[in-house]
Amino acid sequence: MSTLAIRERTLEQGAPAQGLSLARGLAAWRAELDAPIAAFFSSCVHCGLCAQACPFYVETGDPRYTPIYKLEPLRRLWESEFTLLGRIKSWLRLNQPVTDALLAEWEELLYDSCTMCGRCSMVCPVGNDIAYMIRKMREGMVQSGHAPEGLIAASSRAIRTGSPMGLQWKTLEVQIRHVESSTGLQVPIDREGAEYLVLLSSMEVINFPEYLEAITRIFAHASISWTLSTQCFEATNAGVQIGSKDIARTLVERVVAAAEQLKVSKVISPECGHAYTAIRWEGPNLIGRSYPFKVFHIIEVLDELRASGRLRLEGKETDRLSMHDPCNLARKSGVIEQQRNLIELIAEQFVDFEEHGRYQWCCGAGGGVSSNERAEALRLQAFKRKKAQIEAVAPARMVTMCATCRTQLEEGIETYNLNIPVVGLTELIAEHLVDKEPA
Amino acid sequence: MNDAMAFLLWTKGPMLNLALGIFALGVAVRLVEILILGRAKNYAEPRAPEWIGGAKALVSRTLPDPGTFRRAPFDVLIGWLWHIGFILVLLFFVPHVELIRGVLGFAWPALPTPLVDVSTALTILGLIAALVHRLTHPVKRFLSTGEDYLIWAVVFMVVLTGYLSYHRLITPYPLALGMHILSAEIFLILVPLTRLSHLFTAFIARWYTGAHFGRKGVEA
Repeated sequence: MSTLAIRERTLEQGAPAQGLSLARGLAAWRAELDAPIAAFFSSCVHCGLCAQACPFYVETGDPRYTPIYKLEPLRRLWESEFTLLGRIKSWLRLNQPVTDALLAEWEELLYDSCTMCGRCSMVCPVGNDIAYMIRKMREGMVQSGHAPEGLIAASSRAIRTGSPMGLQWKTLEVQIRHVESSTGLQVPIDREGAEYLVLLSSMEVINFPEYLEAITRIFAHASISWTLSTQCFEATNAGVQIGSKDIARTLVERVVAAAEQLKVSKVISPECGHAYTAIRWEGPNLIGRSYPFKVFHIIEVLDELRASGRLRLEGKETDRLSMHDPCNLARKSGVIEQQRNLIELIAEQFVDFEEHGRYQWCCGAGGGVSSNERAEALRLQAFKRKKAQIEAVAPARMVTMCATCRTQLEEGIETYNLNIPVVGLTELIAEHLVDKEPA
Repeated sequence: MNDAMAFLLWTKGPMLNLALGIFALGVAVRLVEILILGRAKNYAEPRAPEWIGGAKALVSRTLPDPGTFRRAPFDVLIGWLWHIGFILVLLFFVPHVELIRGVLGFAWPALPTPLVDVSTALTILGLIAALVHRLTHPVKRFLSTGEDYLIWAVVFMVVLTGYLSYHRLITPYPLALGMHILSAEIFLILVPLTRLSHLFTAFIARWYTGAHFGRKGVEA
């Protein structure tokens, strides 16, 4: 039986699952430890500046949520096994061991109070990429049986059904029919040789069906050749969130197989942040080769259409709009100007948050936190940072381009009675398309 | 007086060699320990060459982003004050410049001694402020270990003994100078053995992070 099949089985059985152990967790860490991590741990002088960059610390004031502290068990392993001095200390029994109990205590720090938003990685004076280490540390948490139930369930559903929410193609098909009847356009399915393969996220299909209609209309307007794939429509990657390379690889392989089968030259990741980083940046490394196609976030594609004059828009939104940059899209992928170029086309009054782009604040739900039911109260507390940013510019509506961020913004806004609607940028663009002249 | 002179000669002779030896060997071991781990090959198509981002981060991380400065101005200003003061005194005090000339065969012009004197005093005040901050700030206090206080003490001793020697506040003078040199030697020995290693590893860390973000088109 392959390791993946074992993993899948154990994930379904839940923790403490068979086969997962402290030894396997530590082995996973040893495999992940690289020169950057060794340089990072060697450089931290405990200045604590990463704390003021983290919404979980800022909004709770709990020093345990200091980003670098979340890595303490991994640091101990590195020190005792990967440094000469640490080896001497271990030999003299002066080292602090990594135990199962320690990992159990750290589970909350790694999964509930961290969205891997990477803001701490941008402000560390010695240059430590803390989010990079959290991502790698989660690999060992999964292998040692210390991943949260909610994420285990989502990963397991993603492997079994293709969707972290258990969404089936037949549900999507119903939505496709709706889109086709409301637009009078055809949604291309399994069209070999199309230019673009369009991927979706289950959360989008369930919560924001407007997205599919919007891209159907925009792509018809711009005469783009595109297709959906019945073989794989899900872009999200629960494996990247929980921290399991095996699961992440399997999910990426499905996307790659669908793209290769349909011979597309470009793959579009939907309005989702982590799906984009999973496919664009982690994917090729997970499968150990580069792709025969290019990967874009939908916002990059729309901005390219704008730049090449293929997006003809009319009318403007008259209310005051502000924007939330998804961490995975902006800080972790460099897509920052594109969404601003697009919103300028359709907004009369656009106002940016003071800290945006690479220094934006996380909504509080990314990195798997939204799938981790246990973290709900903390997630809404972390949202207060976003709330403060929203209140500072007092927009009439918020615009974003990630279904997880959007759901969190809606929930947070509701919880704190801000009464500000949230809209996806793609659908906002679609509302301003100039009607195509009849052929 | 003879004992003090013997002590000074010891710090300038055998102890200096020992300290330099441990420092050089230790730094070499640490560099090998880090770099030997390497990095996995990256197959994702980059937006920009890694080295541009890496090179930029080497310098750019010295300045905080505006938000960090606004939220933690004391950390930034105090950190800057004593780091700059320390480096200035280390590299531009007349006797230090002469020492460098003696070792390397060349050196650069020193700064006027009164300026170095003020800089030393400010560094001492900065270090005291940093210690008070470490003991009182909830995050710093929480994170701090014995090692953090040890390296603070060693850095402080280096600067303080230098200041006291120059102002002849400890007698006999050879004892004062010997204590200063010994402090500096302990500092050198601790560089590879403690978090003081950040004085060379921070640039490796900055390089990797700058390269990692840079290839994704993000200035870090």
